[in-house]
Parts: sequence; structure tokens; C-alpha cells
Amino acid sequence: MSTHARILGVGAYRPIRSVPNSEIVDRIDSSDDWIKTRSGITSRRIAGPDETVISMSVEAANDALEHAGIGADQIDAVVVATVSHLMQTPAAAAMISHQLGATPAAAFDVSAACAGFCYGIALASDMVKGESAGHVLVIGVEKLSDITNPVDRGTAFIFADGAGAAVVGPSEEPGISPVVWGADGEQYDLIRQTVAWDDVFATPDKEWPALQMQGSAVFRWASFAMAKVAQQALAAAELSVDDLDAFIPHQANMRITDAMARTLKLPERVVIARDIAEQGNTSAASVPLAMHRLIDEGQVKPGDKALLIAFGAGLAYAAQVVTIP
Amino acid sequence: MATTEDIRSTLAEIVNDVAGIPAEDVQLDKSFTDDLDVDSLSMVEVVVEAEEKFDVKIPDDEVKNLKTVGDAVAFIERAQA
Repeated sequence: MSTHARILGVGAYRPIRSVPNSEIVDRIDSSDDWIKTRSGITSRRIAGPDETVISMSVEAANDALEHAGIGADQIDAVVVATVSHLMQTPAAAAMISHQLGATPAAAFDVSAACAGFCYGIALASDMVKGESAGHVLVIGVEKLSDITNPVDRGTAFIFADGAGAAVVGPSEEPGISPVVWGADGEQYDLIRQTVAWDDVFATPDKEWPALQMQGSAVFRWASFAMAKVAQQALAAAELSVDDLDAFIPHQANMRITDAMARTLKLPERVVIARDIAEQGNTSAASVPLAMHRLIDEGQVKPGDKALLIAFGAGLAYAAQVVTIP
Repeated sequence: MATTEDIRSTLAEIVNDVAGIPAEDVQLDKSFTDDLDVDSLSMVEVVVEAEEKFDVKIPDDEVKNLKTVGDAVAFIERAQA
């Protein structure tokens, strides 16, 4: 009987191509300085034609399995958080599982937008504790460049591509705190696809849908309402900010991260993930990518406590404290 | 009841806290964007902190009308009345 669950390994895949602000400022009538000040982004990773939702996921997952010291055949479930797998059926998870050699693991996708990875970690933790799975692979992956309007001044400089993954398995000590999560459908319109697919094909010009966002309303919600959720997650973990080693929020915008850190009054020694600067906002992939960078750069060490919080379209959100593997 | 000057000076502290602008520069005739260089995101932070400090609601739709420090002070005075 496993009473606890924890993250055993983290993996990442970053697309090869890095696109600096200078390459996009003309088409959105902006400047490097404006983008940096408004978002903290200096460059973003954009996937090429051969870097797909499936292939990036497989790369990140193999990296996470290696870090965990677990074989794909030990995975009982593959949970993929994404909003940019353009093949609606079947789930990306089934193909990813097959390519990893994890068949016949249960495999399904989670549609919770930028909150997806933390939703997946919550599910995986409960699956391991409930013994419906021994080891669960949670993947956050996005190819947002496929659903970004390249001339939208509100989003074109923000969204990017990549994949991150974590292996969740049994633990003698608690390694994933109770999730604080929710969704606020009253704010459904703040971040959404411009048009539904049936409407796309009902119009003669068949304009490709894109993600759109009401920037300042989202900023207000994310910076302040989400700081409260982060505090609730700390309380659920029976921890205070003084017990934390790292803060790994969804890499939505550096300004949101700064505002949340200020509201939370994080002590200076708490490491704050700022992966967005050279990666951009990768929605469901951003939290595992940011966690991977902190581990890779030695900014966090095994056993450290990290507060994760992710939030986005829905508006959906989830937060939990995890032990760094 | 808080005076106009009380509200201005509290607001000036918030602007200083959020955007690092010297509080003495935050005068009624100053434009947030043109004179004080407070951008739209900082403005949201100022508004949220002002809501808490003054116990008022400043809806998103209203924020764009608050062009000067005086506009914001007047809005807060009306909302408190």
C-alpha cells in the first residue's frame, strides 16, 4: 500500500529554433524594449515542422524517465496536458505512450490549458495513492505557434512551443501536497480560441482560429486572485513561505510572476523560476520546463520544496507544493 | 472622511511601491502614462492595491478613464461617498 506519491524525475524538450524579439517586432509594430518591459521575454523557442506535439512529448518523457531511473514498461498511465494537439481524436497520449514503449498504459489528454500540468500532477498523485497506477507519466506540451495569430499585438510575442514531463510514483514520504484547484467559467471569454471549428467552416474565408486574450483583465486575475490560491496551497501543505525553496509559477508573463512574488512576500532566498525570458509562454509545458531548468542549473536540489501554480483559459487553475526529485 | 490630499498621498505611496516613481511626483495634474511612465500593467497593480487600501471597486472598464492622478482620486472619492 503506497500512502504517498512524489515526482521521481523531470524532463524537457526545447525546440531548436530560438526567435529573438527583433524577428517579430516589425509585424506587431512593437519594439524589443516594449516586449521586454511588458513580458520579460527576450526570445522564445518555436518548433519547426519536424518538432510536433508527439515528438516533443516523447523526447521530454524519455528525459524524465531517465532522470527517474524508470523504464517505460513500468509506466501505468500517460497523462498529456495540451491545447495544441490539432488532431482531436484519438488523444495524443495514446500515440506518445506507444512511441515510448509504455503500451498498454492507460493514456488520455487533459484540456485545462495553462493549468494542465498541475491538473495532471494532481491526478497522478491521486492515482498512485489510490493504487490505480504504480507510476504515472505527466506531460505538458504545446505547439502554440500553430494557434497564434502572428500579427496579434497581444499574443504574438508571448506564445511559444515546447514540452516538459514528470514521472510520478510511490513514496514513503509525502512529496505532492493536496492540490488547490478550480475553474471560473464566468471568465470563459478572457482567454479563448477566436472561433469554434464548426464556425470556421461555416464561413467562406475559413480563417484559421487562434488564441486570443484580454490582457489586462487576465493580468489582474492572475497576479492577485492566483496569489491567494498559492497561499491556500501553502496552507493545504501546512507550510509557510519560509519553508519554501522555490516558486515555480506558470510562465505566463514575468510581470505576473513579479506581482505574485510581491503579494506572497517570498523571502529573498526562495528561488523564483524565470524560464519565460528565453523560452516564452508555453502554456501547459511551462511549469515542467521551468522546473527542469532549475534542476539542470543546480538552483534547486533533491528534497527542496517547490510551490507550483498554473492558471489560464477556463479560467482554470491549480497549485500544489512538490518535493524536487 | 479622507480628504483629497489624504487620498492623493496614499495613492502616491502605492504608485511608488508598484512602479518606483517618487511619491512627491504623483500630483493631481500628472498623467499616469505620459508624465509618470506607469504602463498599463502597472496601472492594474496600482488599481488593485488602491481597491484594498480604500475599500472600493474599480472595474476594468473604468481603469482606462483614469488618465490622471486627479481622475483616480476623484473616482475614489465618489466611490467612498
